[in-house]
Amino acid sequence: MLKDKDRIFTNIYGHHDAYLAGAQSRGDWDDTKALLGRGRDTIIEEIKASGLRGRGGAGFGTGLKWSFMPKEITDRPHYLVVNADEGEPGTCKDREIMRHDPHKLIEGCLISSFAMGAHAAYIYVRGEFYRETEALQRAIDEAYENSLIGANASGSGWDFDLYVHRGGGAYICGEETALIESLEGKKGQPRLKPPFPANAGLYGCPTTVNNVESIAVVPEILRRGSNWFAGFGRPNNTGTKLFNISGHIEQPCTVEEEMSIPLKELINKHAGGVVGGWDNLLAIIPGGASVPLLPKAICDTVLMDFDSLRDVQSGLGTAAIMVMNKSTDIIAAIARLSAFYKHESCGQCTPCREGTGWMSRMMNRMVNGEANIEEIDLLDHVTRQVEGHTICALGDAAAWPVQGLIRHFRPEIEQRINDAKKQSVAA
Amino acid sequence: MNNSKHDPHELEGFVFSEDTLAAANAEISKYPEGRQASAVMPLLDLAQRQCNGWLPRVAMDYVAEFLDMPPIKVYEVATFYTMYNLVPVGKYHVQVCTNLPCWLRGSDDVTAACKENLGIEFGQTSSNGDFTLSEVECLGACVNAPMIQINDDYYEDLDGITTASILTQLAIGDNPQTGSQVGRNSCEPTGGLTTLTKINIRGSGEK
Repeated sequence: MLKDKDRIFTNIYGHHDAYLAGAQSRGDWDDTKALLGRGRDTIIEEIKASGLRGRGGAGFGTGLKWSFMPKEITDRPHYLVVNADEGEPGTCKDREIMRHDPHKLIEGCLISSFAMGAHAAYIYVRGEFYRETEALQRAIDEAYENSLIGANASGSGWDFDLYVHRGGGAYICGEETALIESLEGKKGQPRLKPPFPANAGLYGCPTTVNNVESIAVVPEILRRGSNWFAGFGRPNNTGTKLFNISGHIEQPCTVEEEMSIPLKELINKHAGGVVGGWDNLLAIIPGGASVPLLPKAICDTVLMDFDSLRDVQSGLGTAAIMVMNKSTDIIAAIARLSAFYKHESCGQCTPCREGTGWMSRMMNRMVNGEANIEEIDLLDHVTRQVEGHTICALGDAAAWPVQGLIRHFRPEIEQRINDAKKQSVAA
Repeated sequence: MNNSKHDPHELEGFVFSEDTLAAANAEISKYPEGRQASAVMPLLDLAQRQCNGWLPRVAMDYVAEFLDMPPIKVYEVATFYTMYNLVPVGKYHVQVCTNLPCWLRGSDDVTAACKENLGIEFGQTSSNGDFTLSEVECLGACVNAPMIQINDDYYEDLDGITTASILTQLAIGDNPQTGSQVGRNSCEPTGGLTTLTKINIRGSGEK
């Protein structure tokens, strides 16, 4: 188990002062000037060497992403945009960073922006997080007042401005190009790529979009060294990670643990175990609503990291773990997620706009068994007409939970249909 | 879009108040020159707050003119994002999350308590205009499920009884406690800390 001394988010529960004095007592803003003094390339190389992979769901190498930004700054300014549009069902980690450890994020914004040649950064916070935005803004104001950011930030000679932009309640804006569109004052509909944001992002300028957690861990990685961070977890799956554990466990919680911790150990150590005991477990969604569920047999041994979960046809996603015990109507659970994707499809691509509706309506009939057995294959077929056929990953995200259900719980769906048929004959 | 000529809710006109105007200009200053359209979302939010929680057409038109945008571009934004209310809402907008993590921990009970206590269904406003009840998607407080949002605040770790209590307190003008209703500080495990234990002892009592 990860030791407290190796935890990055030491105020994640908000037991201490979240603002500047408290943050400084926890080590934030300690000689930031010296960190910046290492130079842009050295910082990017250090983050690459740490193995940090994006914490927002896709798991792309953070340092590698930064290196896509143009080396030379021309008349088109560079931007860092921080994705705090946290809305993946099950996920509530960035919220705690913003309200309890905001200075880690702010310092991370300065360092990351410097490394990418950006003099300005925007943090796009989901609109519903009103109190979290207040806390974050208060911390930003403090950072300005103490010259940690602003002109000659932290005495580094680098000018840096940081702004908060509140969203308006649209899950799709968590997709990076939709987020950029939204930040420009438009509907949040994803852009076709290429061009990628590193070439043409916000206002057509070079832009990198990173998740809150990815940025907030940057100062600590630089202070302690990439070897320290890379020493946790398995190769290609390094570091510490915030896990959100919700659903049928005794003690729902958010906890920072070592990457690659066994799922079972994580739940038993921190979340008080499954309600009714581990043997009462039915299935777990390990990485937010978008990733396929895992039946208990896989949960017994699977490790919580990118590669291990990919190998069992699921994903780490945002590391938001939703636990379902045997009291759960698993078909209804996935149908609820299908309804969510139907609600959140931006309507731009036909396969997603129509397909999410199809999937949701078919799932609703499966809940009541009002279907024919052959329709299970038809539903699976529909998911594959959506998957991979849309501009952004929302179509994939809508398809995968349904595919996971059919893959692991087909007998339950069949039984539901057969029971309903028997009932209607009896009646 | 509603046709304002036939909309009984529509206002005669709209201008920013002095306070809203200052806040609007502060928002616009966050964006580069010529990029003031970026401020459309915060300005619509400010307009909505000034109009007691909803966005009449005249306010959208005002924001469009304020930002030198075609009105249709502002309507597109106002209709795309769920947080803009295009019809009036009650003094308290009660938004119940029914997504999976909340559902697994009893959002059906929370929903039932809201409907019973307020005497309205999702999408309705109470006859005295105090409460509007809405069903919403994940609000990002999943380890504190089930939860509701009322105006700007989250109420977490709910059940039917605590939900009813919160609504009753609001109805009589009290200020119910926000956040967890089972005494948690935030997202720590209920049964005692499993991490950050020493730091917590040092800092216990301080917030």
